[in-house]
Amino acid sequence: MASATSGGNPDGIKPGVAHSQLLCTTTEAALKNPELAAVASSDTKRMNLYQAVNEALATALSTDETAVVFGEDVAFGGVFRCTMGLAQQFGKSRVFNTPLCEQGIAGFGIGMAAEGHTAIAEIQFADYIFPAFDQLVNEAAKYRYRSGGQFDCGGLTVRTPCSAVGHGGHYHSQTPEAYFAHTPGLKVVMPRSPIQAKGLLLASIRDRNPVIFLEPKVLYRAAVEQVPVDDYELPLEKAEILKEGKDVTLVGWGSQIYALENAIQIAEKRMPGISCELIDLRSILPWDVDTVAASVHKTGRLVVAHEAPQTGGFAAEIISKVTERCFLRMESPPQRVCGWDTPFPLVFERFYMPTMIRCYEGIRRAMEY
Amino acid sequence: MLRATRWASVLRQPIRPRLGRFHPGARSLTGGSRIDQKQAAAEATPASAPSSEEKARRRVHFPGARNSYFTDQMDFISGLDEAIPTYQVMDNEGKVADPSQDPNLSQETAVKIYRNMVTLNLMDVIMYEAQRQGRISFYMTTYGEESTVGSAEALDPQDVIFGQYREAGVLLHRGYTLRDFMAQCYSNRHDSGKGRQMPVHYGSRELNFHTISSPLATQIPQAAGAAYALKRAGRPHCVMCYFGDGAASEGDFHAALNFAATLKCPVIFFCRNNGFAISTPVEEQYKGDGIGYGVHSIRVDGNDVWAVYNATKQARELATQQHVPVLIEAMTYRVGHHSTSDDSSAYRSKKEVEDWKHKDNPITRLRKYLEARDWWNEQQEADLRTEMRKQLLAAFAAAEKEKKPALSELFTDVYDKSPQHLQEQERELHELIKRYPEYYPVDDLADK
Ligand SMILES: Cc1ncc(C[n+]2csc(CCOP(=O)(O)OP(=O)(O)O)c2C)c(N)n1
Repeated sequence: MASATSGGNPDGIKPGVAHSQLLCTTTEAALKNPELAAVASSDTKRMNLYQAVNEALATALSTDETAVVFGEDVAFGGVFRCTMGLAQQFGKSRVFNTPLCEQGIAGFGIGMAAEGHTAIAEIQFADYIFPAFDQLVNEAAKYRYRSGGQFDCGGLTVRTPCSAVGHGGHYHSQTPEAYFAHTPGLKVVMPRSPIQAKGLLLASIRDRNPVIFLEPKVLYRAAVEQVPVDDYELPLEKAEILKEGKDVTLVGWGSQIYALENAIQIAEKRMPGISCELIDLRSILPWDVDTVAASVHKTGRLVVAHEAPQTGGFAAEIISKVTERCFLRMESPPQRVCGWDTPFPLVFERFYMPTMIRCYEGIRRAMEY
Repeated sequence: MLRATRWASVLRQPIRPRLGRFHPGARSLTGGSRIDQKQAAAEATPASAPSSEEKARRRVHFPGARNSYFTDQMDFISGLDEAIPTYQVMDNEGKVADPSQDPNLSQETAVKIYRNMVTLNLMDVIMYEAQRQGRISFYMTTYGEESTVGSAEALDPQDVIFGQYREAGVLLHRGYTLRDFMAQCYSNRHDSGKGRQMPVHYGSRELNFHTISSPLATQIPQAAGAAYALKRAGRPHCVMCYFGDGAASEGDFHAALNFAATLKCPVIFFCRNNGFAISTPVEEQYKGDGIGYGVHSIRVDGNDVWAVYNATKQARELATQQHVPVLIEAMTYRVGHHSTSDDSSAYRSKKEVEDWKHKDNPITRLRKYLEARDWWNEQQEADLRTEMRKQLLAAFAAAEKEKKPALSELFTDVYDKSPQHLQEQERELHELIKRYPEYYPVDDLADK
């Protein structure tokens, strides 16, 4: 992963998604997941994350005649190739370019969904979702509530590439989940891998609420798994425990999971005998309080890590809620490992990022309090 | 060049300047001098006007303007040279100048339109007063813009409507009942919106009228998307989208017209150009000739219900058959205050408003039309007003007495199913109510 340090390091860790043990590189590993029981006899195919998104979109289009895919430059395949071949396969009336206007894309999608169709909109970078903020926060999120349930735009899904990519600077690096997490009526989802991307995206498209689906763009090519080719969904609003442990709970989502994975390797090496529990939150809104609180109830310690700036970031919400639930069980103050409270900087990216070493430092503080 | 060329299709029509019509949104209509200047300019350079063959030969190769041709004349285009004419069927006296333009609706339909315009007006009087007395929290009148009813008559009931907030006449004409209006304004348990939005934010699934929301212009790109959905579903219907001259300055208006044009959406954009956005006159809203954008466009006399009807009907044909967006600009005047939170005498003279009331009014015009045909008389007028007032007051009194929706409705409909954290918050509120009943009276709420 571009954000991790390159070359050797004193702990001998091979950092990043390329060496991750969390990815299912064999069919057996992929199908062992109990959440995929329904497709346990499916074939699998080696795919990266953009191919998994593409597969989910193709599945959605072929199983729902009302579904359409649109946005800036999606017709030729998309600037990240997520929509490759779809216009040819499903026709230009179902996979089409729009004018360059994010508020228009969101408003148009809301209108289609409000007439009962399935609208899958793409915002080219999460950094450019803000012109559509009004449509998403004031319109999409409130459409059902304000009409007394007479109308809704539940068929709307807004996909958008997010997070650091190594050289994205201010406007190709942002992770805006916390802005949307403050908006009742929206769902916010972020996958960490190809299997997750396909299952969560299909669930988001078919969910009858507007969903903001954030895709960590650094994983588009870098994360590769054996992905079931059959149609399957993974549950929204559910976290996933990726590694069980007894001493400290680590919570993250998206590409941050891989920095946490490496931090655990350092921690378990430098502090022999400790074991860390790793949780992928997956859904930011509504989020799975029960799974996280049960884990902290067991471990007594919590570290939350995300790329977005610390102040007002979603870690604050998690820590506040878990503290309410687990106060008497907590053995150290919850730790936040986040981006600094600055715009996302180009040349300083590796100093800005909540890298494995900063995540390790969070674990150390939690353990040695 | 979008703004400058936006009226190109209209300007190709012959212009018959008619002086004397004076809607504030299109003041330049009275000025003939610009036309004279243009003629003079044309006469001065007759030899340089390129022939059509020459234009074809000199066509540009840039993809952004395929129909353009090269010229050696350096002319800046302002788009203001000629004002767009304003289509009118009947004049202030209810007289139809060109009989071929009379829609010739049946007596029954014409009277129904008239009755609804009057009812709307009477309802406004009562509800406005109710707000002044503190019985409802907010209200917005439609005074002077009642002819929107004509546009509703021109639509099919299955056509889908998106509105701004000053289109109650459209709902009334579609069958929204007095009880429905009052229930919404009173947030009582019969409000289909469950009491969650401010008054006048109406909506009806049954009548294909999407629920009104306060953020201006957001409905315009939504209407384009809805129209695309109708087209995909193979339905022979269109979307009608209403908005004001102020709302048309929002980015969403730009977004919507461009999306509708490029994606070929069967949608009618209906701008109520009433001269003001709260206190802001149109002179501070735009510098072009009214509201427009390079789509099929027409300007109509918004106080002329037949002009509104005809234009909408024709627009509907264009939208549904050619799948093109159509823009109607209806010139009118906001006679009432912006809302109950506004006193318009702070920025315009009472006399100007009084003059408008007498000089030109859509209801009076239609009444004169009906009377000229012996379809309406003094007696019927008095009967209608007495009867409607009675019905309105009855509906009003009933609405006021009704309970508010059940408390559980505070938490429903945020999502399709209530997530766990909302269920917890609901339980927390119930504990609170149990502990502090004196601070949380619930007897005005329905049980469920
Ligand atoms: C996005 C947004 N900005 C501002 C407002 C506050 N506001 C409510 S109505 C209004 C004026 C609208 O004028 P116009 O569109 O001309 O319609 P009219 O009231 O004249 O019928 C304003 C500024 C709002 N509701 N939404």
